[in-house]
Amino acid sequence: MKISLFATCLSDAFFPRVSEAMARLLARYGIRLTFPEGQTCCGQPAFNSGYWVEAKEAARRLIDAFRDSDYVIAPSGSCISMIHHHYPALFRDDPAELRMARELAEKSYEFSQFLVGVLGVSDVGARFPHRVTYHPSCHGSRLLGVKDEPLTLLSHVRDLDFVPLPFAEDCCGFGGTFAVKMADISAAMVTEKADHVRETEAEVLVGLDMGCLMNIGGRMRHRGQAVRVMHLAELLYEGVRMADERA
Amino acid sequence: MSGHNPTSTLAERVRIALNNDFLRNAVRFTTERLRTNKQAAAEQIGNWEEWRERGRQIRLHTIAHLDYYLAQFAENLRRAGGYVHFASTAEEAVAITLQIMAAKQAKSVVKSKSMVSEEVHINQALEEQGIETVETDLGEYIIQLAGETPSHIIIPAIHKNKAQVAELFSEVAGEPLPADTAVLAAFARSKLRGKFLEADIGMTGCNFAIAESGSIVLFSNEGNARMVSTVPRTQITMMGMERILPSWEDLEVMATLLPRSATGQKLTVYMSAINGPRRTADGDGPDELHVIIIDNGRSRQLGDPEFQEVLNCIRCGACLNACPVYRHIGGHAYGWVYSGPIGAVLTPVLNEEKEKWAEVANASTLCGACYEACPVKIPLHDMLVYIRRRNVEEGRTKRTERLGMKTYKVAVSSHRFYQLALKLGRIGQKPLVRDGQIPTRLGPLKGWNNVRTAPALAERSFRESWQALERELQQEMAEMSPQVKARLEELAGKRGDRHEQ
Ligand code: SF4
Repeated sequence: MKISLFATCLSDAFFPRVSEAMARLLARYGIRLTFPEGQTCCGQPAFNSGYWVEAKEAARRLIDAFRDSDYVIAPSGSCISMIHHHYPALFRDDPAELRMARELAEKSYEFSQFLVGVLGVSDVGARFPHRVTYHPSCHGSRLLGVKDEPLTLLSHVRDLDFVPLPFAEDCCGFGGTFAVKMADISAAMVTEKADHVRETEAEVLVGLDMGCLMNIGGRMRHRGQAVRVMHLAELLYEGVRMADERA
Repeated sequence: MSGHNPTSTLAERVRIALNNDFLRNAVRFTTERLRTNKQAAAEQIGNWEEWRERGRQIRLHTIAHLDYYLAQFAENLRRAGGYVHFASTAEEAVAITLQIMAAKQAKSVVKSKSMVSEEVHINQALEEQGIETVETDLGEYIIQLAGETPSHIIIPAIHKNKAQVAELFSEVAGEPLPADTAVLAAFARSKLRGKFLEADIGMTGCNFAIAESGSIVLFSNEGNARMVSTVPRTQITMMGMERILPSWEDLEVMATLLPRSATGQKLTVYMSAINGPRRTADGDGPDELHVIIIDNGRSRQLGDPEFQEVLNCIRCGACLNACPVYRHIGGHAYGWVYSGPIGAVLTPVLNEEKEKWAEVANASTLCGACYEACPVKIPLHDMLVYIRRRNVEEGRTKRTERLGMKTYKVAVSSHRFYQLALKLGRIGQKPLVRDGQIPTRLGPLKGWNNVRTAPALAERSFRESWQALERELQQEMAEMSPQVKARLEELAGKRGDRHEQ
């Protein structure tokens, strides 16, 4: 059984701690991850901007890298939804590539989806005595359909004070290149999101996608809003360690 | 005149909107109310997803056989005594209208709400001929007084607050009117009543055209459409060629979906069905009924696997109300008649001037809220990507962007190049990093860093630390439980079966 980690380019280059937390947490269930080094990026930045030739290049690397993996797990709902939702469109005119794209899609999972849906875990045994709010990223929740999994996991964390985020499902304004191309609209959107986070008085904002978290976190940091921003894998792993220490 | 302003760029229009707090507050307030109401209405009906799927199937079927149903509709309407005209462009639609006006020696027109009439700019053409044209839908009346265009498909004056409306009406009244909804509505009603009685022509839009009986169906909340279609002697109805439904049974589904999606109402207040001109036994209705069926770029979408579904739209406005971009910039920023996600698709798709409208498809984060809201499940977020792709393929993107994407392609084409790019990036960022962040507002980081700080590349990428981590994990690795093992094998095994089939 070969279970592979797809770090995603964002976590690989900017937030290695996220993939690390995921690998450490999964090790507690005996999941021995492999890291096929041929992986680069899922292709979203190019795909969403309309550069399909460039996106295909990235997609082929990914399909190649995970060819003999049985499972592929990534700390991003957005990249996994890219594979599920858009790879078939990308390769629609080539039956052989289309088949391989579908094979990859079938075995690819977002982190919380894998933990809850495949491993059947809803309580990782964590303890996290903080006030936490959660932003559901659009692609993971709407396109991939990962809605309940993170909430299930959070609800079982001991001492965690969960506050729902007002208008949680509204997009944070990241949208990949949108944040640069349509910077003014994006700024308005992320400011509104940061305002909603402030309303919750949460100490921690948690999510499943570093793109959105980098956006909201960057906004909050810029205006001096002291909220810790964490990927769910980080929160759960830190919580598990905390529970271990106490035991 | 604000609204259609082809000379300005998207960025300029967006800036104007973002600096207009009145507009942003008004739009936020109303869209928030509408989408909350919609959600409640969808929950109340229970099996909303099934209704959506039924709606989608009806629209898919209708558009797939549009030629057949259009012919059936036209034949039935003619049999009932109506006149049917086909206009392949906006100009043709205007010319046909003016011909009818001339034949009737019309001096004045009352209109009920019609987006397609906005699309062909009929008001302007009528005014140029010296024909008085009065919008009778309250929202349309407001923006007509303001000299503007609709900024929302169903709430044309969504960007105006009560005080602004009071100001406009006070000017017409010649005396100050209070910013009170009841007073303002009463004023408009009294003003408009006279116009209804005087008008030579009544112009309406069309929510649905029923093929099996040749009927026009109008949904309205104010009853003005009913006046427009009963009082004047001649009626002209403009409809986009895709407004067709095969049967009354199909209308039932749409009558369930449309008001709920638009405003959260279970039913529209008035639903009028017009089956041809007045017959001798009828108490009211026009002597002459003309229906102008307008193409204007629509038939080009037929047979296009990427865009045919856009013709399924029933113009409910739910995607606008759900859209986080629309909420901040309102409708005029999109630049043409239709706004929000459906506008961002229709504008570049229906218009022939591709260059001019290429950018509009960028006004979306592709968050998918539009798709989720759409009662007939149009994948607008996918269509926006298709438009962007055509912009790339047909050379309508910026050179700097193309260069950037070329570089991206090289970087992702092999993990060696990718790693090299990371290394170069780390060297490049060195002088700029402060406390793990890059605060500079130079180059491509400007837009981002104006309101945010950008994270720096990690000192060691994940792949660089993987070997050490893997070794460490081997020490801590827990025993896999038999349940987990069985589950993993079972799921993977199922996939194998499927591939062999
Ligand atoms: S695209 Fe869908 S949600 Fe938007 S106006 Fe049309 S029918 Fe309504």
